Amino acid sequence: MTATTEASSTRTDRGIAVELTDLRRVYGGVAALDGLTLHIEPGEFVALLGPSGCGKTTALRCLAGLEDPDSGTITVGGRDVTSVPTSKRDMGMVFQAYSLFPHMTARQNVEFGLELRGQDKTARRARAGEMLDLVGLSEHAEKYAHQLSGGQQQRVALARALAIEPQVLLLDEPLSALDAKVRTQLRDEIRRIQLEVGTTTLFVTHDQEEALAVADRVGVMSTGRLEQLAAPAELYSAPVSPFVADFVGLTNRLRARIEGGRAQVLGGSVPVLPGSAAGPDVVLLVRPEGVEVAPASGAGSEPGSATVESASFLGGHGRVIARTAAGEVVTVQVPNTDVTKYHAGDRVVLSPRGDAALAVAAD
Amino acid sequence: MSGRSRFRRRQRAFRWVTLSLLLAFFALPLLGMLEFTTQGRGGEGRTLDTWRTLADVSTVSLEYPALREGFLASVGLGVVTPLVMLVLLVPTMTWVRLRLPGLSRTVEFICLLPLTVPAIVLVVGLTPIYAWVYYLVGSSTLWLSLAYVILVLPYAYRALDAGLRAIDVRTLAEAARSLGAGWATVMWRVILPNLRTAVLSASFLSVALVLGEFTIASLFSKKNLQVAMFELGKSDAKVSVAVGLAALVFGFLVLFAMSFVGSRAAGPSRFSRFRRSRKETPA
Repeated sequence: MTATTEASSTRTDRGIAVELTDLRRVYGGVAALDGLTLHIEPGEFVALLGPSGCGKTTALRCLAGLEDPDSGTITVGGRDVTSVPTSKRDMGMVFQAYSLFPHMTARQNVEFGLELRGQDKTARRARAGEMLDLVGLSEHAEKYAHQLSGGQQQRVALARALAIEPQVLLLDEPLSALDAKVRTQLRDEIRRIQLEVGTTTLFVTHDQEEALAVADRVGVMSTGRLEQLAAPAELYSAPVSPFVADFVGLTNRLRARIEGGRAQVLGGSVPVLPGSAAGPDVVLLVRPEGVEVAPASGAGSEPGSATVESASFLGGHGRVIARTAAGEVVTVQVPNTDVTKYHAGDRVVLSPRGDAALAVAAD
Repeated sequence: MSGRSRFRRRQRAFRWVTLSLLLAFFALPLLGMLEFTTQGRGGEGRTLDTWRTLADVSTVSLEYPALREGFLASVGLGVVTPLVMLVLLVPTMTWVRLRLPGLSRTVEFICLLPLTVPAIVLVVGLTPIYAWVYYLVGSSTLWLSLAYVILVLPYAYRALDAGLRAIDVRTLAEAARSLGAGWATVMWRVILPNLRTAVLSASFLSVALVLGEFTIASLFSKKNLQVAMFELGKSDAKVSVAVGLAALVFGFLVLFAMSFVGSRAAGPSRFSRFRRSRKETPA
């Protein structure tokens, strides 16, 4: 979320607008893209997030020209590129699988696209050096792919994609093969570099933390359609559908009652988000950090009373899972210093913090 | 401890015995050929006359023109056959892998089919086609390469398939295309360099098969080295056997040279890998 603020303040104007309009792509009767429409602002970093098979990679591949949509149009900078071959689209791409050419060194890999564009050797060398420097791999320029770690290979792939000064940078789950620590480092590096070069970027991932951390806007996809496209904070705090609420972050599904435009839940009331079900009986989608927990003081019959099932320390924060008298299981996020206060079997009282939540029709 | 060393000694001895038996199996016929070609008149004494004759190119050309013709034809076929095979198979197999993976079984079946077709059946099938080829473009022995390409398909397919399986063709091709490469550049600059070993293996096998092929050439009444040797054997057995031995050694040297070139071709990377790994190894 900090990244978003940074983005708007430091983004350069070198990017170009991208527009996918009503894209459809069907594989053997299954629609991978079912009327996808997406607009990306010049220089914007948009992440497409969704479960496997939701169509996010197909959307990216259609934009790259590696797949042909059955219908719909793709425009880049106002130019229709729907039928333009991949090699003429001027887009840099980093793949999920390691894609460095094994018979070339890191430098030769970065120079490859420049050579195809007819740049002379001196200019190529200079540009490749610049790009390798940008990704912090100058000293590995003469190494082959098998001599580089996974993270280094993806950095070189990023340098190679950026060296040609593409109109659009496409990142197809480039971090998924890396271990957690490298993934976080490279994720932040990708964002830093994107802000530096200002290229319009489409990033496909199934990792919500990754998407929320780096993108200006995140699009959540389901069954070939865009469910919601919004800034990370908005996506998290104001999901427009149960799917988005469920997919992005943890969500408690709690029975509630709508009265006077507010939802009565766990002995308290919270405002409901626009687009919520009318009620009166609804299921409220509440984030773990939208619930407070405190040790019970009474006999345990007060509203929101529950029994702790488990309490876990998760590093930066803690998590308490409690079961209410009505049998609902509620996950509560607590400060990591508080987590040791709770043990399985303890009586506690749960209450809503008051953040607006999405209400959906009760089953 | 002593039990283990005894086991190792026995294992080493077994290895040497097996290797020696194998060497004997291959070497004895060759030694027999050498012995026969160095026999003096009436089987008495030793002479290198046969080998001296063979070493003299002008004498061979004059006295054994059929041998010269067969040798040149086999060399030509040894060059043309692998080339045609590579031009046909590498792009087809790459394309099938990239764009038509559903067809890979069919292509494999077609490529392996010649293994099950006897040479005589192949000749019967090809005869009308060759009749047209001879009629339209002449009857050069080099046209045999078309039949030989069919013969080498199963071996070449296996070698190339192993090479293609070893690399992520699809991702490499897509990466190259996204950088602006057309299909020809993808093939020439990205796929082929990574298939070097497989291409060389397929070529070795093709050359080996061409140098040893007799049946099809004979049935088509064409003169390659094997046919020439066979015909020569009727009139001059010693020279024929000497040529056979020389052809075997020549074939062995060609394959050895090709494999050496292959390891050098993959070499810059392999060699530098080795050099780098030595450099990077802490003292």
